[in-house]
Order: sequence, then structure tokens, then C-alpha cells
Amino acid sequence: MSAATDTVVGRTLAGRIGDSPVRPDGLIKAQGTFAFSSDIPIDGARWGMTLRSPHPHARIVAIDVSPAWQIAGVAAVITAEDVPGSPTYGLIAADQPVFASDVVRYVGEPIAAVAADHPETCRRALAAIDVTYEVLEPLLDPEAAIDGSHPPIHPDGNVLRAQRIRHGDPTITGDVVVEGTYEIGMQDQAFLGLEAAVAIPDHDGAGVELHVATQWLHEDRKQIAACLGLEVERVRLVLGGVGGAFGAREDISLQVHTCLLAGRVGGPVRMAYSRAESFLGHVHRHPARIWMRHHATADGRIRTIEARFVLDGGAYASTSSAVLLNAITHTQGPYRCENAMVEGFAVRTNHLPCGAMRGFGVVQACFAHEGQMDRLAEACGLDPVEIRLRNAMRTGDVLITGQVVESVAPVARCITETAALPLPTDPIGGASEDGGPDVMRLPGGAGLTADVDHVRRGVGWGVAMKNLMYSEGFDDYSTARCVLADGVATLKFATCEVGQGFVTIAQQIARTVLGVDDVVLEPIDTAIGSAGSTSASRQTWMSGGAVDAACRAVRERLFEHVGAAAGIDPLRFVVDGDEVVDSLGDFRIAVADASAGQTFDETVEYHHRPTDELDDDGQGDCHTAFAFVAHRAVVDVDAELGLVKVVQVATAQDVGRALNPLSVLGQIEGGISQGVGLAVMEEIVQVDGRIRNASFTDYLLPTFLDMPVVTATLIEEPDPQAPLGAKGVGEPPCISVTPAVVAAIRDALAQFDGPGAPRRRIDRVPVRPADVLGSARGAPG
Amino acid sequence: MEQYRLHVNGTAHDVADAWLGESLLYVLRERLGLVGAKGACEEGECGSCSVLVDGKLVCSCLVLAASAVDQPVVTVEGLAEPGAPTDVQRAFVTAGAVQCGFCTPGLVMAAHALLERNPAPTDTEIREELSGNICRCTGYGRLIEAVEQVAVERRRA
Repeated sequence: MSAATDTVVGRTLAGRIGDSPVRPDGLIKAQGTFAFSSDIPIDGARWGMTLRSPHPHARIVAIDVSPAWQIAGVAAVITAEDVPGSPTYGLIAADQPVFASDVVRYVGEPIAAVAADHPETCRRALAAIDVTYEVLEPLLDPEAAIDGSHPPIHPDGNVLRAQRIRHGDPTITGDVVVEGTYEIGMQDQAFLGLEAAVAIPDHDGAGVELHVATQWLHEDRKQIAACLGLEVERVRLVLGGVGGAFGAREDISLQVHTCLLAGRVGGPVRMAYSRAESFLGHVHRHPARIWMRHHATADGRIRTIEARFVLDGGAYASTSSAVLLNAITHTQGPYRCENAMVEGFAVRTNHLPCGAMRGFGVVQACFAHEGQMDRLAEACGLDPVEIRLRNAMRTGDVLITGQVVESVAPVARCITETAALPLPTDPIGGASEDGGPDVMRLPGGAGLTADVDHVRRGVGWGVAMKNLMYSEGFDDYSTARCVLADGVATLKFATCEVGQGFVTIAQQIARTVLGVDDVVLEPIDTAIGSAGSTSASRQTWMSGGAVDAACRAVRERLFEHVGAAAGIDPLRFVVDGDEVVDSLGDFRIAVADASAGQTFDETVEYHHRPTDELDDDGQGDCHTAFAFVAHRAVVDVDAELGLVKVVQVATAQDVGRALNPLSVLGQIEGGISQGVGLAVMEEIVQVDGRIRNASFTDYLLPTFLDMPVVTATLIEEPDPQAPLGAKGVGEPPCISVTPAVVAAIRDALAQFDGPGAPRRRIDRVPVRPADVLGSARGAPG
Repeated sequence: MEQYRLHVNGTAHDVADAWLGESLLYVLRERLGLVGAKGACEEGECGSCSVLVDGKLVCSCLVLAASAVDQPVVTVEGLAEPGAPTDVQRAFVTAGAVQCGFCTPGLVMAAHALLERNPAPTDTEIREELSGNICRCTGYGRLIEAVEQVAVERRRA
């Protein structure tokens, strides 16, 4: 893909919609001067640090903080007793204590916090705090949470949400029936920029300013204010530079603690998690166990789907109920299905709390439904592409929730355009200078372990549907302000820039609508209305819609002003390049001249169409819009060692309209790397409720060498519902790539085993070497 | 508490009353105000804290600051003046290799070190030599593109 240039009536104007201008923050990030939330210079700030539970489930008998006060340099020690407002917080239900006071429910739950002059002083102070526990039996089996065999571990009970979907006649059976049980491990967002914040208390102690890396400033503010017992207006949030998010910054982590410490100290306090603490301090992707049974006609058309989802939400609710909704309402994937019976549970256990991560429940559902599509293809004697094309959803189809798909739904096109992308032509291991395989490109890489004769290449498919924006009646609006003065546009919004590049898109929109080159971005903070969360692939649509609407409102004012001066009906004006032009006459004036000495100032809220809650049978128009994507993965597998090398991923993604093609490609490649990570390496391992790999040494992330070559095609069919025709592009890339990689592993193993051999079942991610070696063989294919 | 002197980006800095257990990363960031090097794993896995010590690319989180005395240290701030980026920094931005940017300073240091040693790296060599730097946003594709662009530009120059 090359950076396109938008040509308007003979003039070339850079940085408009459809171009790929450079990020406004790109150069300062490359030069190291961009201030992340860990980099904010505050003179005299003390360090804050958190004491956390070593037990997955225990009663707190006593907390003695007095030894911490004996340590020189300690400025504050706080516990639950020092929380002046609400003792608990949470995105959907306020069920999580700021500090545990009676019971701890997961390893890593905060119990106390200290502020001191040096991080090392903090560590010593935390070590000095004496907590006496009575250890309790942890609830670690999600089924025990459902069947009631374990006593409630929280006053709100052990089931966070149970939701059924019943649609059509689920008793209808098919000529062909396939079923499987799929498991997804707990994935970490693993953003690089660790949690960090600086809190500065007001002089009178009745307010606070927090600089923090977050995804949703106004929601943080609401929860912080409640816990501090302050009016919302007394809490001001400023976005600190955000080093990635991927869902992990949607919940409160250190925000309340930092503010409480600053208030107690009476001066600025900074907190910054270590990597080990970060694994404990934010929510993760839900581990899931999903059973599905598909009924189809002999020629492979889906008739009925039965399914059961169990999501382990960990100790606190976070967004589990919404993640479950997403998972079960995506049971069918991007395929037509008229009959369904789905049972879903999100449960509370004494594991690490789970919540938002890129893909939000749909990653789990997709791994299961794509495994089913491959089983169905095999049972019907069809190619994996053909089975998907036969069932591909179209605009106007009715989902198993009864909702009609109104979004543009180019599912078949995503599949055929992916299939048209070239497969890798290099032999296994590529070719080194001496003509033999390059060991760096074999499974296992520099370990020199794989023998090319033991390696087989497999190809696998995955296709996904993903809802965009929030669901179930939530009005996740966005606000933007545009000021045009002397040919310069200034934009203000609270949209969290987490790396995705909304700041670039916002400038492109303003340049295009207003015909200006200079677009100034005001600081991102709570001095304007909410923008909603940077999640659910929603900011290009929602905040892009708000910026677009604010700029259009300003443009109307500009047209009125020009029209009054020139005696022309303002309705006749258009912006053409950098001029206001009379579309019915010869009059034209540069925007810079037309706005000289003037200030046009408009603030607009953008709302998407309303949605509904689901009824008891899971019926309702609960989602706002959908995007679609297909992935084809090529992997090399050493079946004797269980090693996997992902060689290539091809993808065609339904993007509506690419506002910035280079940014879209960045989202696609980045999302694919996270989906590949889930497929073959990434998992938080917990044993007896204790995390065993809270470090980048032991939690494996894809490196340069693990990342496959990506070949991408953008499907641009502008969505009439979207304010700019553009769909969100952040989540789809990471969803169906995971099942595609696993299908490719199964395909490679089938080649290793030879034709007619029983098919090996690998129905769990991440796929570990032992899973490849020990994979159970199913019925002959 | 000890006193020692570091030579960073051509300037001598006296470090006073410092605990000897502090890493070079901590001292650069917290005592010298050079926050370009980032801490993301604190155990040498991710490369975000990469700097040059005596010309060698190191993870500054693994180096005790006091052990770097009498050796020239170069951080991302020492590569170029603000607003006057190096070819690598420029290519990172134009190729779309910067998203959240947290890994970027470390990768800029590593890419410069790579191109110094090997002016014409192959795709596999780029991947291998930069594999000590983790990026969670980009999936590495635009980073490889940026390094290749610089290699080509330098050969043309």
C-alpha cells in the first residue's frame, strides 16, 4: 500500500482523509521527548507503592502498619480505613475494594499503600507492614461457581452473569453434526508502557489533578471521585502519554491509590508499576471453555448451533457481563444460522480479575466457531474456504439474537480476496546463502533444533465478525470542540490517544472539512465532555464523528459569515481545497481570508443509534454495527519437537473506508501479532491461584523473529451508518488469526501423519509443544 | 550513599547521594532527567531502555549506574537535537513504525547500532538483530520497512 494523495480540483493537498500523513506526535516519540505518564517531571514528588495479597483467598485477621512508619523517608501509609468515599469501585458493578479490609480474593489484591522519598524506601516500608491472614479454600474451578458447590466468595455471589440465547427452533437437527470443546488461555495485554500516574492535590485538599495513562478519562474521574468522596468537578484528569492499552487501562488500577496518597501527603505523589506488579494490577483476557455443536445439511449449510460458554471472570466483575454478551452473541460468527440455543456464564473465582482485552469476548467465540467450521468442512468433504463461502453472512441477515445486520457485510469478499493473495513461495526454512535452509526461519530458530525433513507446512483459515461500539443500550457518546480562527483550526476532545493514531485522524478530518492546513490539538483532559472509551474499535467512528460534526458546524458558521458579506445564500457554498467556493457562481475566497479576525467555536456531541438490552431468551437489537475480516495462516511445524513457526498471514479486512491507509495497516499488523501470540505462545499461567510467569522472561511475546510476513487487502465499502463511512479497524485483526494459525497447525500435522490417518485435535490455545506432540487423534477424516 | 560521575551524551554529570543499587536506567531517568530510555520489563527482555555504553548497545536496566563511570554513555537524547532527527528517527515516523512510541527510543538506538555494524542487512538479519526489542503495537512490519529504507538511503548517499 502506498500513501495516497488526495487531489482536489487540480490542487494537491496533503494530510486529508484518505492520505497517510505522519503522526503529530511521531517525531517527539522517536526522539524520546514525548512525555509518557511515567515521564512527567514533578519536583518533590514522592513515590507510591502498593502492598498486595500473597493468597488467592484469605481472611484478613489484622493489619499492623506501625512498623512501616518507623522507616525514615516514609510519608504516608494508608489502608481501607483511609478511603473517605466509596470503599469499592468497578466499571459496571462497584464490587472491587480500593483496599481489601476483611477478605482477599486474588493474589495481588491491594491491601495498603505507602508513599516515600525513594522506591527502595517504599519497598522496605511494604515489607515492614504486618498482615495476619487466615487462609481460606480458594474457588478455582469455574464449574463449581456455576453449580453452587463452593460457598460464595463475594457478597454478590459467584455467578457474574448467566445469559441464554434461544432463537428459531433449536430442536431442528442436521444431516451432519459436529461438536467440540475449545479452551482459551488467559492472555495479557502486555502494553509496554507500565501503569504510571502523578497526582497533585489542590492546596486546600478539596480536589486533585491526576495525570494518568488511561483509556477513558471521564469514567476514571467518576470512579475516583466516588472513592475520594469528592464532587466530580473537584477531580481533574489529564491524559499522560499512553504506552499502549489494548483494554488493560479501561479499569481502575493505581488511580485511586495515587490520589489518596497525594491527599494524605499533601503534595504530589507518583506511582509506577513494575512489570511483575502490572500483571497483577490490571485485568486480563478471560480464559474460556466453550462447547459447540453444529448441525448442517449434507452440503454444509448450518441449520442449528448449540453452545455453552464458561468464562472465568476472576475475583471481581470488571466488564465480565459485557464480555459474556459479546461472546455468546458471536456464537455463529460471520455465518447465517436460523436456530440456536446458547447458554453462557461469566463466573467469579479466586483467579486474577478479567475484563477488557482487544477483541472483548469475540476472540474466544471465534476460536470455537472457526474450529467448528473446519470440523464441518471435514465432515462434509468440503474445502475450508468453500464451507465458509456457503454460509457467509450478508447485509440483511437475521442474527441469532433476532437483530438484523444493517452494516455492510462483505464476508464472502473478505474470504475470496484473502484466498487471492499469494501463498509464500520460499521453501520451508527459506534459503540461506549456501542454498540450504536458513535456521533462523525454521521452527525453533537459533536453537538449531528443527530438521527440515521433519517439518511440514500447513494452511488454515479463520473468519470473524466483530461488533463495533458499546452494546445493550449504552449511550457511549463522544464530544468534540472545534474553533476556527484566522485559518487555523483548533480541536479539543477527551479521546484517549493510546497509540492508535486518533490524533492524526482528527487532524485529517478537520483539514478536509474546513480546508485548512494547520490543525492545533488541545491537551486531552476532562475540561470538555466525555469521549467515551478508547475501546470496542469505536473512536474513529465515535470521536471521528464528533470531530467531523464539530468541524461541519463551524463550517456552517463560516459559510453564513461569508454569505452575509458577499450577499450569497450560504447553502451554495462548499469547501474546495483551501477555499470557500460558490457552487453556483464564480465567487471564491481562501478559508484563511474568510476567517481572518473571526472566531467560530462549536462543540458537538455525537451519539450512535440506540441499542436494546437482551431479553431472557437473548433476543434484542443489542449491537450498534459490525465489521468483518478473514485470515489465512501458513505455518511450518516440526511434529517431532512440537515446534511451530508462523510463516505468513494473509488478510482481507472490511474497513468501510480507510481514512489513513498506513494507520490501518499498522492496526492490522499489530493485531495479527497479538493473535499469533495467543495462538502459539502467550498465556498467564496460574497454579493454585498463583501466577507463575509475571515477567517478560516467562510470559512470551512475539518478537521480530516470531512475526510472520503479513499480506493485507483493505475492503473499502463505505458504511452508510458510519459518520465518515469508516468502520473501526482495531479489533478485527487479532480475532480470526488465532484460529487460522491453529487450523494451519492441524493441517501440517495431517500431512505429517499422511492421508487417511486420524485427524489430530488441537482445540486449546496457546498451542504448546506438548499439545502438538500429545494431540489426541479423532476419527479418520 | 556515594558520589560518582557519569559521562552522558558528551556531558559530565555528578551523581551525588545516590544509592549504589540504582540501575543506569534509574539514574538516567530520575537523577539526570533523561527520560528517553524507558523501563518496561526491568530484566533485559524488551530493549526499551537501550543505550550505548562505551559504544556497545546495552539494556540500561541491567547495568548498575556506578559501573558505567569513565565510559561514554549515549542515550536517545544524544543522537540528535530536538526537531533535527536522524535518518532512522525520520524513517520510523514516515514509515508508520511509531504507534504508542514506548518501544521507539530503544528501537531507534538498536536500529542505529544494527546499521553501524551491518549497512546492508537482509530481512532475517534485521529480525534477528532487533529481536531483543519488543514492540506490542506494530507487529514489526513497518519497523522492518523503516530500517530497510534507511539502509537503501545510506547506500545511495
